[in-house]
Amino acid sequence: MNISKDKSIRLKEAVGKYVADGCHMSIGGFTASRNPMAAVYEIIRQRIDNLHLYAHSNGQGVDELIGAGCVSRLEIAYAGTGRFAPTCVRFKKAVQKGEIAVEDYSNYQMTLRFLAGAMGVPFLPTRSSLGTDIIAKWGFSSEMRAADPRIPDQKLMVMDNPFGSWGDAPKLVLVPAINCDVTIIHAQKADREGTVRMEGLIFSDVEQAKSAKHVIVTCEELVEPDILKANPDQNQIPSFCVDAVVHVPHGAYPTACYRYYDYDPNYLNEYRRYAEDDRLYKTYLEDFIYGLKDHKALLDKVGRGRLEKIRADKRTGYAVGLDRR
Amino acid sequence: MPDYTLKELMTIAAAREIRDGDIVFCGTGISMVAAMAAKNISAPNSVIFFETGAIDSLLEEVPLAVSDSRVMFWTSVNGNLADAFAAMQNRVTGPHVVGIMGAAQIDKYGNLNSTAIGDYFKPKVRFSGSGGACDVASFVGRTITFMQHEKRKFVQKLDYITSPGWLDGPDGRKKAGLPAGGPASVITNMATMGFDETTKEMYLTGFFPGITPQKILDNMGFEIDVSRAKEVEPPTEYELQILREKCDPQRLILG
Repeated sequence: MNISKDKSIRLKEAVGKYVADGCHMSIGGFTASRNPMAAVYEIIRQRIDNLHLYAHSNGQGVDELIGAGCVSRLEIAYAGTGRFAPTCVRFKKAVQKGEIAVEDYSNYQMTLRFLAGAMGVPFLPTRSSLGTDIIAKWGFSSEMRAADPRIPDQKLMVMDNPFGSWGDAPKLVLVPAINCDVTIIHAQKADREGTVRMEGLIFSDVEQAKSAKHVIVTCEELVEPDILKANPDQNQIPSFCVDAVVHVPHGAYPTACYRYYDYDPNYLNEYRRYAEDDRLYKTYLEDFIYGLKDHKALLDKVGRGRLEKIRADKRTGYAVGLDRR
Repeated sequence: MPDYTLKELMTIAAAREIRDGDIVFCGTGISMVAAMAAKNISAPNSVIFFETGAIDSLLEEVPLAVSDSRVMFWTSVNGNLADAFAAMQNRVTGPHVVGIMGAAQIDKYGNLNSTAIGDYFKPKVRFSGSGGACDVASFVGRTITFMQHEKRKFVQKLDYITSPGWLDGPDGRKKAGLPAGGPASVITNMATMGFDETTKEMYLTGFFPGITPQKILDNMGFEIDVSRAKEVEPPTEYELQILREKCDPQRLILG
C-alpha cells in the first residue's frame, strides 16, 4: 500500500518497480478495449519473463505478452480479439506447442475470483459450469500447485449447499480467490493521488485492481484531484488501492479507449498477419517494440494520420464510419 | 420471391426464435445481427445485452467485439461483468434471458465445445475458450446455437465440454445441480433443429429451401429424427429490408 499524495511516476520506473520475473500479474480491459498496452509493451521491452498471468477476456494484451515470451502460465476465460482474431494467434500457437501452461475458467468465474480476492475471502460460490470439463480438467497439475503457494491446491470444487434447500441450489461451484502481485489497468482519468475514473464499460477492472498487492494505473489524462472530487459518483477506485499513476496518452492503443479513440483496425489486422508467421513475428517484435524507446515512439511510428482516423467522435465515443474491414 | 444469401436466411431463422420481451444475450458476429433483426421486426420489447455489462445498446454501427465502444453508446446502463452474469444467474431475470451462442463442436444433447480439439493437454487446435459461454449456458432460460453443418462439428462425443447443454439426457442438468433452462434450438447453414421435450435429444425442425433431410444427416456425426421437419420459410421482403438497411448496412457481418 502506497499512501503518498503523489504517485505519479514514469512508465519505465513503474514497471521496473512492480513487475518482476515470475510475478503473478493481471491486466485490465476486455478483448479489443482498454488493454493497458503501453505497459504491456514496456514489460516486453524490459524482457520480463516467466509471468503467471490472469485475465478474463483479454485479447491483444495477453497475446502480445505471450508472443514475446513473457508468460509461462496463464489463467483465463477467453483469448480472442473480437473479429480481428477470434482466437488470439500467438496464444493458440503457444498452447498447441505446449510452451505455456493454461488453466481455463469462465468469465463469471474469473470475475468472482478477483472479487473474492478483493473481499478478502478464500472463495465465492456460483452455479456456473456444473457438469462441464471446466471443473473436470485442470490445466495445472497437483505437483505444480503444491510447489507454488500462490496457486490454490484445487482448481474448482463442487459442494452440496450447506444451507440445505435454502435458495433452491443443491450444488455449488466454489471458485478460489486471486490475489496477484500486481494488476495493471488503463483508465480515462486519474489524479496523482491515485483516484481513478473509467468511462463506458469498466469490465472487471475494479475487482482486478482491488484484489492485487500492487496496482499500476496508466491514464489518458492526469487531472487535478478537485476535478475528480467534483463528481465523485463517477470514480471507481480509491487512491489507497493504487501504487503508481502513469500519464500515457493513447496508453491503450491499438485497443480502444471509449470517448478518446477507437481500436486501430489497421494495426490489429497487420498484427494478425505478423503473428501468423513465426519469422515475421520476430520482425514485428523488433520493429514495433524492442526497437522503440517508448509508447510515444510507437505512436510517432504509426503516425498522426492514423491516430486522427480513430479519434472518438464526441457524440458516440467511437470513430463513426471508421473503415473496419 | 426475393433473393437472399445463406447468412441472411440463418440470421432471420434465429431472429424468429426470439420472443417479444426476451432479454437477449449475444456475442459478436451473426448473433448480434440476429438480435438486432428480432428487435426491429418481431420483438420490439426485447432488450439486447452483453456480458460486458452494456444493456439496451442502440447499436448504430455493428460492434466487432462485445467490448467495442459501439456497445457502450446510448445504453440504459453501462455496468460490468459481475452485474451482467448476476442478471443471468438471478432467479427472476435469468429465466427470461435467451442466449445466442456458437461453438466448434456440438453433441446430440446440445453440449458445446469452444475450448480445444484433440486432447485438452496437447490440443490439435486450441480455441478461445469459454468466455461467458459456459456461464450463459449454465444459467439462462434457453439458448440458440449457431453452427456450421459439418460432420466434424456435430459429434458423438465432444473433445471438451465447455458449456452445458442437456448434459447426458432429460435428468442431466438436475443431477448436476444446474438451473432448469437449456438448449432450445440450433441453426446451421442447412437447417434448424430443436430438442425433444421428453428425450432432450436433437431433432430436425426445418430444412432450408433446396436442402434435403438426407443431405443434412450426411453432414452429421450422429443420427437425428427428421420426421417432424418442414421446409423453412424464406425471409420475407420486409425481413430482408430491415436486416439490410437497419442491422448491418455496411455488411461487416453479413458479408
